[in-house]
Amino acid sequence: MSSVRSSRSVLPGFGLSLGFTLAYLGLIVLVPLLAAFIRTSEMSWADFVTAVASPRVLASYKLSFGASFLAALVNSFFGLIVAWVLVRYSFFGKRVVDALVDLPFALPTAVAGIALTAIYANNGWVGGWMEPVWTAAVAKLDAWMPWASWKDWLGLKIAFDRPGVFIALTFIGLPFVVRTLQPVLEELEPELEEASASLGANRWQTITRVIFPELLPALITGFAMAFARALGEYGSVVFIAGNMPMHSEITPLLIITKLEQYDYHGATAIAVVMLVSSFCLLLLINLLQKWSRRHHRV
Amino acid sequence: MATTVTHLKAQLGAAAPASRATQDAPWVRWSLIGVALVFLGFFLVLPLAAVFTEALRKGIALYFQSFTDADTLAAVRLTFLTAAIAVPANVVFGVAAAWCITKFNFKGKSLLITLIDLPFAVSPVISGLIYVLVFGLQGWLGPYLDAGTHPWLGDWLNQQDIKVIFAVPGIVLATIFVTFPFVARELIPLMQAQGTDEEYAAITLGASGWQTFRRVTLPNIKWGLFYGVILCNARAMGEFGAVSVVSGHIRGETNTMPLQVEILYNEYNFVAAFAVSSLLAMLAMVTLVLKSLIEWRYAQSRATHD
Amino acid sequence: MSITATQITKTFGTYTALAGVDLHVPSGKLVALLGPSGSGKTTLLRVIAGLETADSGSGRIQFHAEDVTDVPTGKRGVGFVFQHYALFRHMTVFDNIAFGLNVLKRKERPSKDQIADRVHKLLKLVQLDNLGKRYPTQLSGGQRQRVALARALAVDPKVLLLDEPFGALDAKVRKELRRWLRQFHDEINLTTVFVTHDQEEALEIADEVVVMNQAKIEQVGTPQEVYDHPATPFVYQFLGNVNKLQLPWRGFSNADGSHGPFTDSSAKVAYVRPHELEVLRYRVGVDGEVASIRTIHAAGSVARLTCVRGSSEFVDVEISRQRLDELALAIDDPVLLRVRRSRTFAEDYAI
Repeated sequence: MSSVRSSRSVLPGFGLSLGFTLAYLGLIVLVPLLAAFIRTSEMSWADFVTAVASPRVLASYKLSFGASFLAALVNSFFGLIVAWVLVRYSFFGKRVVDALVDLPFALPTAVAGIALTAIYANNGWVGGWMEPVWTAAVAKLDAWMPWASWKDWLGLKIAFDRPGVFIALTFIGLPFVVRTLQPVLEELEPELEEASASLGANRWQTITRVIFPELLPALITGFAMAFARALGEYGSVVFIAGNMPMHSEITPLLIITKLEQYDYHGATAIAVVMLVSSFCLLLLINLLQKWSRRHHRV
Repeated sequence: MATTVTHLKAQLGAAAPASRATQDAPWVRWSLIGVALVFLGFFLVLPLAAVFTEALRKGIALYFQSFTDADTLAAVRLTFLTAAIAVPANVVFGVAAAWCITKFNFKGKSLLITLIDLPFAVSPVISGLIYVLVFGLQGWLGPYLDAGTHPWLGDWLNQQDIKVIFAVPGIVLATIFVTFPFVARELIPLMQAQGTDEEYAAITLGASGWQTFRRVTLPNIKWGLFYGVILCNARAMGEFGAVSVVSGHIRGETNTMPLQVEILYNEYNFVAAFAVSSLLAMLAMVTLVLKSLIEWRYAQSRATHD
Repeated sequence: MSITATQITKTFGTYTALAGVDLHVPSGKLVALLGPSGSGKTTLLRVIAGLETADSGSGRIQFHAEDVTDVPTGKRGVGFVFQHYALFRHMTVFDNIAFGLNVLKRKERPSKDQIADRVHKLLKLVQLDNLGKRYPTQLSGGQRQRVALARALAVDPKVLLLDEPFGALDAKVRKELRRWLRQFHDEINLTTVFVTHDQEEALEIADEVVVMNQAKIEQVGTPQEVYDHPATPFVYQFLGNVNKLQLPWRGFSNADGSHGPFTDSSAKVAYVRPHELEVLRYRVGVDGEVASIRTIHAAGSVARLTCVRGSSEFVDVEISRQRLDELALAIDDPVLLRVRRSRTFAEDYAI
């Protein structure tokens, strides 16, 4: 990074603040991150492949990516409704609800993890009645389509099984879609809807053809952010997942397991795969935001 | 604080009645509100309620007894210590980064902004792992921290009893990493919006650089700064994954509150686990209340200035 | 298609935007709703369009003989052009214009070719022939305005409503576009109502001007009528400059050509436009009000003088450049002012 000043400024402190920023960024963030990549480069290709593509690791990718995707999808759907309700309607307690949306940002993940477990376990408030329903439904699906092995995909329980992973990841990704959509919805000119209505569109046509396309970039951004956050999540998931290898073990947990077995190279190799995925997502999010800014500048 | 501005708009917008063309039918309105509230109820309200219910399940006496445990108290102390180091460190960094990014032009600025956001994209577990790689016994600096390889340095470190991984410095470093962007990313958009006119005015009136910062810049950004600080603090006190990797889980020594929650929970000491959790949940609620207050206050000040 | 609004009242909370307004817009006319901001003109337009509902129990909106008060906006057959255009950013110009046709029910909707045909005709009509594939962000303000107009016309509206159609444009484009709108209206002959706060705009292109103030209509008439014969002090002051002469004054023209003091001794204020005053060099024995010259602006087609009468009553006068040269006036010269035409209003009389 070049630090050439393009114009001399009379404001002081440029060298000091930029120097400190770069040094701090380098020491705290960049050098340690680099360590992961350098550590991995010490490995032979065969070792690397064994570490990142063993069946147990592959199973964890499938779960982590699949559950994160599903959770982000569900958050996009409900997040859109929550954002719409918070921006467009007024109802008693709206401000409290609005503030509460940020709870997953503020509540420590370990606390969220044990709280969700307590609720969705088979003796919990929700799990108590939902688990028998779930078990029966999955068993019925399995009997109906035996070749699809639904109980492996969906799990027979809620907490301590795959649905628990999905629930925890939905919780921690919840604010992203709401908070990216809210400002866009607030700035949406009412005239657009009025124009659409005056041209004869009914409310559904106005929503699908005028409002939704306007929200789409923000919705995708929120989805990607929730997805990225869910991919890396650890604290809330480990308590509720059951952590069965090959079934309900997420990738971040596998990294910790390898570390505890002093398999530093194995842990680091998996970490590098996750880091690269996250950086690609970050890049995607940045491109999306740039694109939507350009697209929306009128 | 971009969101606070739009919050203001929402409040003003709510005052103006919607025209007929932009209104939804009452049944649509109430069903959507219903869906939203049920969803948030299941995912936000129930967990919060569960924390306190479980903590008080065996009565108030047992609840308070949980806090007399020496290891738990040590965890509380360590959590505060960690936040007391990590938050000011990131405040200094955030202000410095925002100052050079918003008040000057230089090449690579947008890359720098992206890099500052980087820790948000890194899994907490990996955030801990990379510090193990640098400072752990098998890491780059590990051998230097271990007596023997470099006797003079190792001996000195040994005498000072300095350990990074499985010790407090590692916990602090990992916490700084995960809370790294909070202050900077609140300040950068805020200071960008404010521009440099007032600083230039102060300089032309003869103020020194420090006076300009303290008397002109700081009062303008104080709410944004406070906002960043409370978010940073909440995350610093609540971080679990990263700290878990570097801590080593030594009771009474390297356990923060979230780690203590895990240990108590795994020992089936649910009341104590949820009691400690209830403290963290209260911290989260205080954070949310302060955050809303700042947004509200900021909206008010914007409304009167406009 | 004529528009008739009777006894329209609209309140927002405690704020009254329209207080029992009656309006008739004759078929095929171009009518301006003129007034300061907050006068209710935009609300009236929106009530006509059906974007706003008048207070329950208040009056009716009729298009020709048909009562449309309870007809939703999309079914009223209005073309509405928004102040900031409200173009759909994610659609091309073509798709914007076609929108109103594309949302029709399948059996009412024209075929794709017919829609394309109609859009191209409209693009030609608004002189944007080759810009169908562009996005709104790629157009200038004036072009966007015309796209908005074409979009409103695509659904074959019975009336065209424009909210501050030139408000967001710069001065030069604004002048061009308003002349174009006048011509355009003469071509398509569609009943058109537009809202403006710019009196020059209203007087220049409208067939009829409706002057509004504080939720009420002050006067309706041709531009000439409202300018020359304002019905209220508000209209007098809102349309052009006016001096409020504090009576008594001398120098009023009588029917026989002589001059004397204002005849009605109970009137307190007389409204006189700057060009309705005459300036003479001061001479003893000639009737007129004594004043002195404070400023002279001769840069322009007419000369503008500011005179001061007594210690603090300022009077603006417009005279031709030729007359200024004849008078050879200088600052502080004493002059006599004579009033050619004036108007008084009942509310200014002393009781």
